[in-house]
Amino acid sequence: MVLLEARGLVKIFGKLTALNAADLTVAENEFHGLIGPNGSGKSTLMKCVAGAEIPTHGSVFFAGRDITPATPAERARAGMSLKFQITSVLPALTLYDNVLLALQAQTSLSSLVFSRTRGVLHDRVMAMLEQFRLADHADDPAAALSHGQQQWLEIAMALAPEPKLLLLDEPTGGMSLEERRVTGELLQPIKKQCSLVIVEHDLDFIRDICDRLTVLDQGSVLDCGSVREIQSSAKVQEVYLRRA
Amino acid sequence: MTESTPIAALAVPRPWRASLGWQKLPIMELIVLSIAAFLPLVLQDYLTVYATRVLILCLFALSFDLVWGYAGIMSFGQAVFFGSAGYGVALIARDLGITSIFFVLPAGVLIGFAFALLLGGFLLLGRHPSSVIFVSLGTLTGSYAVDRLARGWYYLGGQNGIPSISSMTLGSYEFAEGPVFYYLALAFLIAVYLLCRFLTRSQFGLALAGLRENEQRISFFGYKVQHLKAIIFSLSGAIAGLAGSLYAFHEGFVWPNMLGVVMSTQVVLYVLFGGAGTLIGAVIGTVVIESVSFWLSNNYQDIWPIILGVLLLLVILFRPAGLISLILSERERVGNFGRPPKKSSHGPP
Repeated sequence: MVLLEARGLVKIFGKLTALNAADLTVAENEFHGLIGPNGSGKSTLMKCVAGAEIPTHGSVFFAGRDITPATPAERARAGMSLKFQITSVLPALTLYDNVLLALQAQTSLSSLVFSRTRGVLHDRVMAMLEQFRLADHADDPAAALSHGQQQWLEIAMALAPEPKLLLLDEPTGGMSLEERRVTGELLQPIKKQCSLVIVEHDLDFIRDICDRLTVLDQGSVLDCGSVREIQSSAKVQEVYLRRA
Repeated sequence: MTESTPIAALAVPRPWRASLGWQKLPIMELIVLSIAAFLPLVLQDYLTVYATRVLILCLFALSFDLVWGYAGIMSFGQAVFFGSAGYGVALIARDLGITSIFFVLPAGVLIGFAFALLLGGFLLLGRHPSSVIFVSLGTLTGSYAVDRLARGWYYLGGQNGIPSISSMTLGSYEFAEGPVFYYLALAFLIAVYLLCRFLTRSQFGLALAGLRENEQRISFFGYKVQHLKAIIFSLSGAIAGLAGSLYAFHEGFVWPNMLGVVMSTQVVLYVLFGGAGTLIGAVIGTVVIESVSFWLSNNYQDIWPIILGVLLLLVILFRPAGLISLILSERERVGNFGRPPKKSSHGPP
């Protein structure tokens, strides 16, 4: 069953057409990779889906609803969650509070004021930190973590509200080889929880975890299919893989 | 994907592990409260009057700290709520002859709240979050406009303001300047301080911390950022309104400066000087600036504003987190919202 469908997305910045009638379809519990050379429009497509950018033309449907004009907060409440390309954990807060902040987002105002859900959410906060191997650091400020650990914390924050769709923009950016390997391990169990759209430059990493791939080139979709199909696609090999 | 790597192998050294085991903040709060409680017993009467004014200004500083220090909303027009409440209760006393504490103070709170809701609704409740510059300039312009309006409106007393406001009353008792008014102001300051402390240490406080640190990020979690801002902005307006109405009755008159840019800037300095984002910092900043101003103006009558200006500049340049950062670590200033810290994980700051 289709969870996300972006139809004919166009995004124009001044004279630059960053996206040119791009389509993206993601099924439930599917891991979908967005690949393409620098400037191909991967992050712009991701931002249009997440609501960080409003497309110039085109529509985004999520769980059967047209969410094209929805704000990021409305999309989050509908079950969409984003990890930004640039790490944006809250450095002054502890890891525990970072995850709690993500988890309590849909709590009512009165419950927030009287801290009614603090006890209820404790186990879920600790479970997320355990899942991403950060529980030992729960009381440390996020600023004290390594870059790789901050990326994991941010994935944990994005995953904490149990979204239907998780959008990860370059989750292994700036990581060491070992950290990338561990990130792959950490992402595998998510498959049972939600769908995933991931933008990544590391093709080995994306081949390992994704079911389907969409290849972008100069703002347009070059090809879309299973990992095996994309690997054997003449178009992709000609335009993208050989170049890489 | 093969076997998992021990986390210790990937961890970096953590030099930032600051202690929360021995908390200095509650001790500081108790010391300040104890000093405040006994001050009228040792001060001469004219100094008690001055200290009362300072306590009321502390209340005003708390209102600004709540929006700027905790929620990251730069309100350069906080005096609008302070002054409009002051003018409001002065008019109620002058035109309606009502001075009962049970009417005038709630009225002041409501006036401050209503003005903040109006200005906040215009500046903060757009479809997309407003920029810091937009809000700062919007509130600054609001403050300037209301100041000019008061200066030019005969009904409000023009440049001279409204003099000779009757004393606030409780039954037949009149609150005149002196120890009773001092303790009344102190009681309100403690009550508001505790309310703010409760709010800023709650899960709501965590949402405010998220707002201050990265509002775009928390909007992607599903927070209604504009609503959060409007709520805290209106609440801070209500607190400024309470301060403004107490100030009007304590001083016995209101004048356009109470609404304008000078007063708005003054409260920014109180909080920056003491330390934004800590309630005790706002209180200490106000007390220190007002005390130093008082002392300097008595001893260096010609050059005291210059000395004070240089002092403020030095603190803001070399201690951007304010005087409070001399005593409290960053961890303790930011605090902990979710669970108490593990004692075992604390090393020296």
